[in-house]
Amino acid sequence: MSDQRIDNKVVGELREVMGSQYAELLETFLADCEKRMVQLRDARSPRQLSEAAHSFKGSCSNMGATDLAELCRQLEVRVMEQPAHGIEDLISQIRCEYLEVRPFYVAELERVSPQAARHPV
Amino acid sequence: MNEQSSLTVLIAEDGATDRLLLARIVREQGHSVITAENGAQAVALFAELRPQLVLLDALMPVMDGFEAARQIKLMAGQALVPIIFLTSLSEEQALVRCLEAGGDDFLPKPYRPVILAAKIKAMDRLRRLQATVLEQRDELARHHGHLLNEQRVAKAVFDQVTHSGCLNAPNIRYLQSPYALFNGDLLLAAFTPTGEMHVLLGDFTGHGLPAAVGAMPLAEVFYGMTAKGYGLAETLREMNAKLKRILPVDMFCCAMMLSLSFERRLAEVWNGGMPDGYLLPAAGGEPQALVSRHLPLGVLAPERFDEHPEVVSLALGDRLFLLSDGVVDTCDQDEQLFGVERLRQVFARNRAPQHLFEDVLQALEDFRGQSRDDVSMLEISVVEPQTLAPPPLVYSDSGQSSPLDWSLSFEFRAQTLKRFNPLPYLLQVLQEIHGLRPQSGALHSVLNELYTNALEHGVLALDSALKRDAQGFAAYYQERSRRLQALQEGYIRLHLQVEPVAGGGRLVIEIEDSGSGFDVGTVLARPVLEQRLCGRGLSLIRRLSRHAEWADGGRRARVEFAWVALA
Repeated sequence: MSDQRIDNKVVGELREVMGSQYAELLETFLADCEKRMVQLRDARSPRQLSEAAHSFKGSCSNMGATDLAELCRQLEVRVMEQPAHGIEDLISQIRCEYLEVRPFYVAELERVSPQAARHPV
Repeated sequence: MNEQSSLTVLIAEDGATDRLLLARIVREQGHSVITAENGAQAVALFAELRPQLVLLDALMPVMDGFEAARQIKLMAGQALVPIIFLTSLSEEQALVRCLEAGGDDFLPKPYRPVILAAKIKAMDRLRRLQATVLEQRDELARHHGHLLNEQRVAKAVFDQVTHSGCLNAPNIRYLQSPYALFNGDLLLAAFTPTGEMHVLLGDFTGHGLPAAVGAMPLAEVFYGMTAKGYGLAETLREMNAKLKRILPVDMFCCAMMLSLSFERRLAEVWNGGMPDGYLLPAAGGEPQALVSRHLPLGVLAPERFDEHPEVVSLALGDRLFLLSDGVVDTCDQDEQLFGVERLRQVFARNRAPQHLFEDVLQALEDFRGQSRDDVSMLEISVVEPQTLAPPPLVYSDSGQSSPLDWSLSFEFRAQTLKRFNPLPYLLQVLQEIHGLRPQSGALHSVLNELYTNALEHGVLALDSALKRDAQGFAAYYQERSRRLQALQEGYIRLHLQVEPVAGGGRLVIEIEDSGSGFDVGTVLARPVLEQRLCGRGLSLIRRLSRHAEWADGGRRARVEFAWVALA
């Protein structure tokens, strides 16, 4: 997948830097994403929501998921503004974007570690 | 500095992905990594493992990065443990909070390995710089402590040397700062075997340890030669030669040395570069200045050194007052010197002689508003010789091997008489006789008197009648010096004979000079007081020896000492 929502330069660097641990990084990221999706859905306060968006934004940017990181940034800021509107819409945009980029990371994982990809966390 | 240094780096980050990525990047750069998932864990790991650098996420559960940073900095104390905040925070307020909490730098996401490597390197440099500064500060403190200790030891050793003298004699008062040694000030006093008092007030150039190092050899020469019976001139010559030899060119010692004979009521004075000393007459009247006429010790080569003293006559109750330049050179706020005039005013106003030091100090304080720590003062009163008890000489040998049957003859001729004083050598020879030791003070005095008579009245033909008043006194010693320098012929012959007699032994001293002799009967008939001032000290010789007689028209003296064998 060579679409612009993924920064290939960042991903290239990740492969190089992580070396043998690249698969582990991909697995960790995919697991993280699942955890963040739950956090976004179950957040009980604007603060919790903002913190989840902040953390997710960090890992997305590190993993080269540029658009996903940008959506998280918008959510992080919007949540703390009054009046808070369009939050639900942003969360669902994040979910959609995640579903768009997930196959890319799964494919990467499959490529470097076929066994690990068959049992995603 | 080793740019490749390997550090232990603590990474605190709640996101598993970011933590894994960062740990990998840092390890790849050759460092050891420990990881924490929140601030509380980070603080605990820091306390346990003391990493050298901390990468800290700002927003974390349990304890956030700001609080963790504060606690870590507190634990690190004076050592620099750099903290780099991991943050994609874009608001200014948050960045300010990071810095306030003790953060040293930021690393934004996404992490760039090159940027991170550069930041770690920069922080390591800072960290090591701080460590070096602390190390040097501690080393400096150690050196300082060491130096103070050395000074304490040096002072203790030096005090031992100084107090081996007679500064505690009842007619000496002195005032010296406890830091005098390190101001280069030096105060020495000792009795010769013949009961003369030698006193030296010196001031080395410079301050601190360099000013103190010359004091030891100077004191050694002073005490050593004084104890052996050398006079002022020989001692000065030796001290000058020694200092000249051992001190660097820019170091020397201003000094004033006195040799006081309370028996003969005269003082030899030599002042090389010290402020004027003063003779304060008991009868009142103008103090007589004892002016510097020489270069300090350690300046001139031995052959150019002039050791000639001035001779002043003393009366009972006269006081000699010596001082260091700390007194006259004290400046007030306008850089004005205290000066000699003000000092003379203090003398004039002083009513209670025993409070002279206090009066001088008070005047200095009034003048300046604060006292200096390099003021030394010394006062010697002229007293009856009997009131001073020179310390008994200490001998290290048992005396069992005393030679008891011998004789010895010398002839000292003109060229020798000019510069050489044979008495210390003779005294040393005589000291080998154990039975004579209890009388050594008397023996020294008598030999000294006999030799002085033979030289001054015999060989140099000086008339002791000159010494009747103060001017005549000075004239006498000027003439003595002049005639001695011009001396071409003449001699002093000395014969010592030691023999055992029943129950002890006997020493006979015969001394003969090339002079024209004197009328023994007339001189011995004079009253004792007059004899003491100008009468060749004959009464002294008679008082101190067992038997004394003059023959050959006064040209030859024969004196006898006897002792009883020790049990």
